[in-house]
Amino acid sequence: MPEITLSQAVNQAIAEEMRRDETVFLIGEDVAEAGTPFKVTSGLVEEFSTDRIIDTPISEPGFMGLAVGAAMTGSRPIVDLMFGDFLFLVMDQLCNQAAKIHYMSGGKLNVPLVLRTNLGATRRSAAQHSQSLHALVAHIPGLKVAMPSSAYEAKGLLKTAIRDDNPVVIFEDKLMYQDKAFVPEEEYRLPFGKAAILREGTDVTLIGTSSMRQVCEKAALLLEQDGINAEVIDPRTLVPLDESTILDSVKRTSRAIVVDEGHQNFGTTAEIASRISEKAFYFLDAPVVRMGAMDVPIPFSPVLEDITVPTAEGVADKARKLVAGELIHAL
Amino acid sequence: MYTQMAKIRVFEDNANQLYLDAKMPGLTHMYSGEEAVAVGICEALKVTDKITSTHRGHGHCMAKGADFRQMFCELLGKVNGYCRGKGGSMHIADQTNGNLGANAIVGGSMGIATGSALRAKLQKSDDVTVCFFGDGATAQGLMYEVMNMAALWKLPVIYACENNGYSEYTSTDEIAAGEILERARAFGIEAFSVDGQDVIAVNRLASELVEKARKGKGPFFIELMTYRYHGHHVGDINRTYYRSKEEETEWKKNRDPIEILGTFLKTEGIANDDELRELYLKVRSEASEAVDYAINADYPDISEVDMHVFQEG
Ligand SMILES: Cc1ncc(C[n+]2csc(CCOP(=O)(O)OP(=O)(O)O)c2C)c(N)n1
Repeated sequence: MPEITLSQAVNQAIAEEMRRDETVFLIGEDVAEAGTPFKVTSGLVEEFSTDRIIDTPISEPGFMGLAVGAAMTGSRPIVDLMFGDFLFLVMDQLCNQAAKIHYMSGGKLNVPLVLRTNLGATRRSAAQHSQSLHALVAHIPGLKVAMPSSAYEAKGLLKTAIRDDNPVVIFEDKLMYQDKAFVPEEEYRLPFGKAAILREGTDVTLIGTSSMRQVCEKAALLLEQDGINAEVIDPRTLVPLDESTILDSVKRTSRAIVVDEGHQNFGTTAEIASRISEKAFYFLDAPVVRMGAMDVPIPFSPVLEDITVPTAEGVADKARKLVAGELIHAL
Repeated sequence: MYTQMAKIRVFEDNANQLYLDAKMPGLTHMYSGEEAVAVGICEALKVTDKITSTHRGHGHCMAKGADFRQMFCELLGKVNGYCRGKGGSMHIADQTNGNLGANAIVGGSMGIATGSALRAKLQKSDDVTVCFFGDGATAQGLMYEVMNMAALWKLPVIYACENNGYSEYTSTDEIAAGEILERARAFGIEAFSVDGQDVIAVNRLASELVEKARKGKGPFFIELMTYRYHGHHVGDINRTYYRSKEEETEWKKNRDPIEILGTFLKTEGIANDDELRELYLKVRSEASEAVDYAINADYPDISEVDMHVFQEG
């Protein structure tokens, strides 16, 4: 199996799906010759021409709207939104239009589009280029939300997203574009709503989305040194959420920590933690712990920015306390 | 105006070096080449007048009176920076000089600028707000919503479009249909085009429009034809796929705003070569003193991380 970067994985997924289905097109700012600032779509315009790799003006609400209309009438657009922070600009078209059209039309219309965007702090990009806003989108019924945690998931989930008949928002971690992972040469797709157990354990379940999966895996290694056996789960998609894999795991380990890079208040960690508390209450030996990004706009200064996101050490520390039976909810 | 332009150029040269030496966190967008725009306009403003700025904002900050030390500190994320290190290059705000802040959302400041002008009108204050933005930002719908209201309500705002020919890695003709000036005119807003490399021409036009806007005759729209010398951001090195080396050399050699003003000052007998060189050297040494200061300055204490989420009290 070749090892490729997350950026290459996304590029391959788009190319393969565009070859297979000529109704697929890519639209966004500087996606053609420039290949986006992250160079994710480089080379696509040479193969598919500017007819299908479409550079737009800086008009996010506009091209998001175009994608919705095109999707309703027979195309399968992939929208490239350069930074997740620009979601706020496209919210009306995405949430009031795309998300609701199938339902409002009583199932007569549908909107098969993919919105590719990113998340992730610690790139020293300050408050308007560092947010992880997936919870906002996951809140809206009618939108599916995928959170690839490596090149392998990025390719498999994006291919599934492109073939899905609903609007799907996929969040890539912008700090992981150059990270490599093994990706099969042959065609594969990863199903939505199917979490991955990356490491089996008996003492505590660590649930990590996107790059927080790696944080959980590192935490598990740290915990191993203390004789604590952590299970690590990557949900892969938030909507739909694979509740049963998570609940089964927590029922075995009796403890859980949910780690996610979105703000902690009213976020992804809250949702997953509350589902565990509601549905596995009698199996729990400790309160479910949430670890999200600090509830502050992301600061620029490195010394401040670094403490806003969960770290492996932080997760391991919480896990030790949980296993030791400390009254962690009182902290 | 010569000193102000030199300050911006020197600031950017130092910022670029800080980036190359890996002393500056993150990325930055250089204003070099566009100095006459910010300076020509800001020299027509009073301290009480307001501006809003962009991701390419260092020039606007300096032209509106910012000082080197606080600027460099902010760039390095130090506590003595304009925003205590919280904002960085793309978010410098300096309210004592009427700078309402740079903005990392393209077009994001158009509402803010127009709102500031609405406040001036409501409170019968005679200050004017200038909204700086790039040609790329003219693609944002917000601009047309606020220009419509500004024109309806005759707000004291001046929209200053810095047309440097490119929006990121794409040339402006590929992203803008029709004429940008005509879009403003469609709302009944008087719109002008000016050579953005000629600081005197910019300043003359700006002074006239600012005074009119002060008297309630606004809004106005100016398109300033200019050029950015560096890449879209530091690190945008291989750019021949979107613009030629010859084009870059042509602007730098023959259309440099500082050179153009220098030549004017010399032919008018206002300053000679030596005086200009001395002036430049003085700015350079001020800047390097400020860089040293910033490098040695403290980072914010980590307890500041959750400070300023809300205004207390
Ligand atoms: C809403 C939004 N979309 C896209 C971007 C990414 N971006 C940053 S600068 C830029 C180009 C802006 O071009 P222009 O307005 O002409 O200003 P210039 O960089 O030429 O000074 C883009 C697309 C952004 N910051 N905000």
